[in-house]
Amino acid sequence: MKDRGLAFKLSFFVLTCTSLIFFGIFGYNYFVSRQMIQKNIEENARSLSFATAQRIETILRSAQEIPEAVAEVLEEIPYDKDVLNRILSSAVGNNPTLYGSGIAFEPEAFEKGTEFFMPYVYKSGGGMKFNYLGGKDYRYFSFDWYQIPKELGHPVWSEPYYDEGGGDIIMSTYSVPFYRREGGERKLVGVVGADVSLGWLQKMVSEIKIARTGYAFLISRNGTFVTHPHKSLIMHETLFSEAEARGDPALRKIGRDMIRGLSGFVPFTSIVSHRKCWLGYAPVPSTGWSVGVVFPKGELMEDIVHLGQIDLVLALFGFLILFVVIVLISGSITRSLTALAVAAKDFARGNWEAELPPVKSKDEVGTLAASFHYMKEELKKYIRELTETTAVKERMQSELKIAHDIQMSIVPKVFPPFPQKPELDVYAVLEPAREVGGDLYDFFFIDEDRLCFVIGDVSGKGVPASLFMAMTKTLIKTNAKTCPNPEEILGKVNAEVSSGNDTCMFVTVFCGILNIRTGEVCYSNGGHNPPFILRQGKTPEYLRGGHSPAVGVLEDAVFEKAVLKMEPGDTLYLYTDGVTEACDDKDELFSEERLQEMLSGPLPGTLKGLVEETLRRVRDFSGTMPQADDITLLVLRYYGAGGDEKKKGGTALTLANNLSELPRLQTALAEFAEKGGLSKGILHDLELILEEIVVNIISYAYAEAARHEIFLTLATEGNDLVVRVQDDGRAFDPLKVPEPDLNVPLEARPIGGLGMHLVRNLAREVRYERVQGRNILTLKIPLSAS
Amino acid sequence: MSSFSRNPLSRFFFAGALLAAGFGLAGALPLSAAEPSSLKKVNFVTEWLPQAQFAGFYIAKNNGIYEKYGLDVTIRPSGPNRSPYDALAKGEADITMLWLASGIEKRAQGAKIVNVAQLTQKSALMLVAKKDSRIRGPRDLEGKKIGLWDEIYQIQPRALFEKFGLNVKIISQAYSVNLFLRGGVDVASAMWFNEYHTILASGVDPEELTTLFFSDYELNFPEDGLYVTEETLAKDPALVTAFVKASLEGWKYAFDHTEEAEGLVMRDMKEAHIPASFAHQKWMLARMKDLILPPGLKRPMGTLAREDFERTGAALKKSGLIAEVPSFGEFYRGGELPNEG
Repeated sequence: MKDRGLAFKLSFFVLTCTSLIFFGIFGYNYFVSRQMIQKNIEENARSLSFATAQRIETILRSAQEIPEAVAEVLEEIPYDKDVLNRILSSAVGNNPTLYGSGIAFEPEAFEKGTEFFMPYVYKSGGGMKFNYLGGKDYRYFSFDWYQIPKELGHPVWSEPYYDEGGGDIIMSTYSVPFYRREGGERKLVGVVGADVSLGWLQKMVSEIKIARTGYAFLISRNGTFVTHPHKSLIMHETLFSEAEARGDPALRKIGRDMIRGLSGFVPFTSIVSHRKCWLGYAPVPSTGWSVGVVFPKGELMEDIVHLGQIDLVLALFGFLILFVVIVLISGSITRSLTALAVAAKDFARGNWEAELPPVKSKDEVGTLAASFHYMKEELKKYIRELTETTAVKERMQSELKIAHDIQMSIVPKVFPPFPQKPELDVYAVLEPAREVGGDLYDFFFIDEDRLCFVIGDVSGKGVPASLFMAMTKTLIKTNAKTCPNPEEILGKVNAEVSSGNDTCMFVTVFCGILNIRTGEVCYSNGGHNPPFILRQGKTPEYLRGGHSPAVGVLEDAVFEKAVLKMEPGDTLYLYTDGVTEACDDKDELFSEERLQEMLSGPLPGTLKGLVEETLRRVRDFSGTMPQADDITLLVLRYYGAGGDEKKKGGTALTLANNLSELPRLQTALAEFAEKGGLSKGILHDLELILEEIVVNIISYAYAEAARHEIFLTLATEGNDLVVRVQDDGRAFDPLKVPEPDLNVPLEARPIGGLGMHLVRNLAREVRYERVQGRNILTLKIPLSAS
Repeated sequence: MSSFSRNPLSRFFFAGALLAAGFGLAGALPLSAAEPSSLKKVNFVTEWLPQAQFAGFYIAKNNGIYEKYGLDVTIRPSGPNRSPYDALAKGEADITMLWLASGIEKRAQGAKIVNVAQLTQKSALMLVAKKDSRIRGPRDLEGKKIGLWDEIYQIQPRALFEKFGLNVKIISQAYSVNLFLRGGVDVASAMWFNEYHTILASGVDPEELTTLFFSDYELNFPEDGLYVTEETLAKDPALVTAFVKASLEGWKYAFDHTEEAEGLVMRDMKEAHIPASFAHQKWMLARMKDLILPPGLKRPMGTLAREDFERTGAALKKSGLIAEVPSFGEFYRGGELPNEG
């Protein structure tokens, strides 16, 4: 049922309910009607049987009067044969119901010597005949009509019998005994008998018809059928013999009640049709006979049964119409709903052109369909707009991505940027808060010894800031070529940015120029956060000098200049406010204090490590808070002068920590020797020395397999050949390698060790330093020595 | 013996009924005109009007059993004013049915008739009383009004009254039991197979009745027997034998085919315009079987037992109806009939 459709459920429940109601009413109505009809039938049966019995009684009583009167007369008056003849003739002649009448006397009662004396008058062929009955062939004394009243002492109707002709006329005799007084005793003289034809009675009873097969019948006092539709029963069978033949004890009981003079109304099986009937019966008191009227149940109930059948047919017809109507209505509902459901699935699959079923009705389904239509149109509109918006957004994002890539590409990202400059190292990072940011950094050599470095922060964020940043960076780089001073650079940039700066954007810029030969830094700070100078063994210090307005604020702003002397190992730490103004979830800033505190503590040796540590700290601080501003860090470490080897015909080489780099070393040494006019002997010694040092660094200085770089510079200083080897491995003095035992034969000595031997023998000065996580080995070898 | 409760004033009734009955049966005769010489003609008279009491004879005739025995039998009824013995005496009948008591009486009175078969072995005569009359046994009959048929029907009752020393008021009973039913007598005579059932079929239940069978009081006078004159027997003993055998065969067939026999009886009765109740005839046929073939019968069917003869004869003599009891050997010739004529 749960899975059935609406049409089925509606039909099922509505039809079931209406059927129950109908059949309830119908059943009740039918039952009550039957009861009423049965009651009517009972009343009819009782009254009809009673009325019939009464009519018979009335006629029989009138027939009784004649012989009773005759008997009375005979008891009162003297008579002779003639008188008897006249009495009988008058009685028979004046009474149409009498067939004949006679007066039978007891032996010797009429006259002495006469045993039988019985004058008899009867109707014959329209007239009357007279006869004397009684004799050897007609011994009436033992006949019922004579004997029974004689013995009982009162008048009696005889059992019905056929007339003498053996015909169909049934007769009964009413016999009245008459007496005379003899010595105070009543003595029977004779019996007056009247033969009554019962033709009228048969006719009267047989004319009673109830419906088609209903009938009436009359039984005698012995239960013999006197009238009955079945002629074969009449005078042949009694109700009791019929009951015996049919094996019907109930019928026998009814019969006994009938001959006992009772009246009643009982269920009865028709002797004619063998169908269920009712029987109403009533007695005819004077004779003890009984009239039964059979009411055929089925036929009398026919009308109501027929009505019931018509009702049922009409009901079925009505149910059919109801069913059709329900199916049509529910069909129209479910058809629309099903179509809507199909259309909805179509929509879900993205077919926005799916046709909605037309629903014209203004009912709930119509409303639903209209809503659905509206929803469809709105959704279509919305999705169209969404598609467009998405397309625009995707385009913008794509463009921003490109802008991001461009922005990232305009800041130097190759580290270490100047491997040929051992005097310094730089590391920087720019993390825009969005795709593009307004921060900038840059560093470049403006000549052989001077490195210009810049960090800046454009007011605002996003695309405008990034454009401004790009412009600023370009301007700085362009101007730095011509103006070797940071304050001038910023001044010019400021002038160009400020003129026609309709957007009122500005940029804070820290611009510095480092002379790697001297470690001197000139700088100007255009409104930017003051950087830190990290000196070995000292607390970080702000660079407060060169304080100037931000670039782009005032067209004629004056930019101050300051100077800083960096010692080897010093590190400049530049940052934007994205670091110090990073927020945690309590809106607390990371702050310069925290930054300073961080910088005061133990720090990683490498610049990259320093930057990553800073970023990690800031991120830890912010937690789940999104990055609000661009974060830019630029760190610069000065390793000190001596980096002028190239000026003196020196050379510099960067090697990876891989033994496969050794051929490059040999090539570089050969070039250097040729350029400097070094003897082959020195070159040979040099090769031995550097190969051993480099191999030692590659072999022992690095714990992990990561790529590291080894810086190598060669220069002539006076008569000395100055060799400097730098690496960022663990603290390792290549000179501490144990000296080889020269007394051992060459073949037995371990490979290596000869380079160090040469160093000790040839080098005028050998110095090992550990500076800012770097091993710096400096050898001074006198050229003349070789 | 009466079966019908007719009691018209009219003198014509019985004559008419008999006439009709006679014609009816005559009409039912198969008149085999084609070969009249091959069958021996036999006139047979029953004891009463057509009813199941004679079913065996009707079957034997209707089903060609008599023909099979080379007989062309004409069956005639008797009735209230027409006795079978008269028919035999006048030569109107070759063979008749008589009660054993009647046969002995006639023989003792000089009639040269002999018994060639005794059909019923048990007396069917009985007295019936309503329990309302406070009659439970023979002694309760004292002082009661008792309906008795005449002559030989009174031998057993009177013997019974004498036996129990009863003083009763005897009322002459005619051919119906209506007097009894209406309460005109306390006790009625009845044949078990006939009037007793008529009483039941008039709405009286067996439980309401007290029945006294004479056979229960050492007064068993078996009734229906077949009789011929000595002359007929001497002239054609084979014919008599054939008739007896065919009749007994008819009876056996009737007992084995009761429905057929009942149907035949009903047909004959209706043709004779005699009131015919199916249930009544059915009862009668069943009782005839009880009488002709009582359970435990040791003798062949149709045999007269000497003790029955002597008992009956002695009672007749005692009642004064006969002076001497005839010789059993002369009276009963059934045992010496030759086999097959």
